[in-house]
Amino acid sequence: MKIAIASGKGGTGKTTIATSMALSLVEIGKVVYLDCDVEAPNGHLFLKPEFTRTQDAVIRIPQIQADRCTLCGKCVEVCQFHALAKVGKTIMVFPQLCHGCGSCTWNCPEGAIFEVPNPIGVLESGVTPGEIHFSRGQLTISEPMATPIIRQLKRHEQPPDTAVVILDAPPGASCSVVETLRGCDYALLVTEPTPFGLHDLKQMQGIVQEMHIPAGVIINRVNGEYKELDDYLAEKNLPVLLRIPYDRRIAEGVARGKTLQQIYPEYRITLQVLYETFIVEKPIPGFSGEAFFDETTCHP
Amino acid sequence: MRQLVILSGKGGTGKTSIGAVFAHLQSVADSKPRAVMVDADVDAANLSLVLKPDQSERSEFWGGSLAEIDTTLCTGCESCKAVCRYDAIFPNPNDGNICWIDPVACDGCAACVYACPTDAIKMVVQQEGYWFKSETPYGTLFHAELFPGRENSGKLVTLVKQHARLWAEDTSTSLVIIDGPPGIGCPVISACAGADLGLIVTEPSLAGLHDLIRIQATLHHFRVPQVICINKADIYTEGARQIREFALEKGVQILGEIPFDESISHSMLMGSPVTEAYPQAQASRTIEKIWEQTVKLLTSLDG
Repeated sequence: MKIAIASGKGGTGKTTIATSMALSLVEIGKVVYLDCDVEAPNGHLFLKPEFTRTQDAVIRIPQIQADRCTLCGKCVEVCQFHALAKVGKTIMVFPQLCHGCGSCTWNCPEGAIFEVPNPIGVLESGVTPGEIHFSRGQLTISEPMATPIIRQLKRHEQPPDTAVVILDAPPGASCSVVETLRGCDYALLVTEPTPFGLHDLKQMQGIVQEMHIPAGVIINRVNGEYKELDDYLAEKNLPVLLRIPYDRRIAEGVARGKTLQQIYPEYRITLQVLYETFIVEKPIPGFSGEAFFDETTCHP
Repeated sequence: MRQLVILSGKGGTGKTSIGAVFAHLQSVADSKPRAVMVDADVDAANLSLVLKPDQSERSEFWGGSLAEIDTTLCTGCESCKAVCRYDAIFPNPNDGNICWIDPVACDGCAACVYACPTDAIKMVVQQEGYWFKSETPYGTLFHAELFPGRENSGKLVTLVKQHARLWAEDTSTSLVIIDGPPGIGCPVISACAGADLGLIVTEPSLAGLHDLIRIQATLHHFRVPQVICINKADIYTEGARQIREFALEKGVQILGEIPFDESISHSMLMGSPVTEAYPQAQASRTIEKIWEQTVKLLTSLDG
């Protein structure tokens, strides 16, 4: 079961939910946590893994063998990203524009191109004190491309099918979020009841709909009613799985690196029930999740 | 003409709330300099929700191309699949004997176009969003809307900034204020290209500090002079202390510390800058001071 935690808007509580979810579900079975917010990864601050394996995240960029190159310009022509240019009597490579697709290598009539790894970030893995298998990608400062790192992070971990994989998505609603969501079984969309939260939730809804990924919503920092959001969720038939009230104690705790269940231990069970009821849809026998959540508009 | 870019690393620290206040303050009578606003967070564009345009001119944004297979020419040989590094080639859902390219997975590299022996694959240019020039009660706003899940957000950021700059030159507007995206990657690099000053909005939390370090290093790398303001400064005093220590170590000036103030979230719910909704609130007064200092710094650049 692969669950992505996404939001569109930044700072709505993705990492708070993702880390707390991981801590709750590790009591049920194996949990793998992938921090896919490679530009600003924060999951490790809460789960505190000990990283034992590190490897470079790389893009394979072309290297031209000058003795074989006839300057025919085929590589420049086929590159869609303007990463190659013919300048005088050499072919120049611009590593930060290269997507590592290999097209120039295959299309060179002289076989003059071979590929060398160009590191753009690192992948790190380890286990947390709570036995969560934690991996993260981290984009190197000044490198532009986050998406290849997310792709490699997801390939890097091959968890058993029985494991629950939690993917903490980056903010926004562009290609890096799509890469995180690819192959996921469920998307947990975290929003807040504000015009900003709603606007960006709509972007996320557009993505999960196009990708045919089932989704549910967690509304964070609930402070009174925000009808526009409720109307939108009803219109799109998006279920609300949990409402977390606006509470300065949570904000202060999270700022200090505490997880939701360290601040309010009740959330441990809440998130387990949420998972069983809405995500795997196998309610605990004799326990009505629906009723449980109907009453849980405040802290459990 | 000067460019100010507002960034944060971590999302949700208050970039847009502060950008909206700057838009308000530059618009009041006798204000100098006058500014044009840019929302450079194109895949979660929120500034227009506060500035509420009266009217907009909309233009299409055509970004990169994606590969498409002509089903009448494809023989299902899978030469395309052999070269695709994005796992984008699948059996066609309507005819399993030929290939299909998943547009969500396609990176637009065209390797398959050259690999196909029957010339069945073509690159098709994609409309990836819109950009707008809008008139708001606070002046002109350039913003954009990337269609959900699309690529090339950096390209779109560059495009809206370009139009804003040209407009500023034409109208002798002396300042471009850019509300940037979170993170440190492609769209952030586009947002800070050519900026004269970067204002980093951070918050005193472990995550806020962690991402402050990354955005500070990014701006430093691209040689953009930078200043910091701390939002929700009183939520975690030890965190605020760590930010001050970091700023001192890096020689970055802290322009102000905005207290945790519910008037900011209330004003955002109402859809107006906090300085307009609650001019007497502590947050409003602090951001006003930050604006004054920012203007002073930008003016000093002109010598």
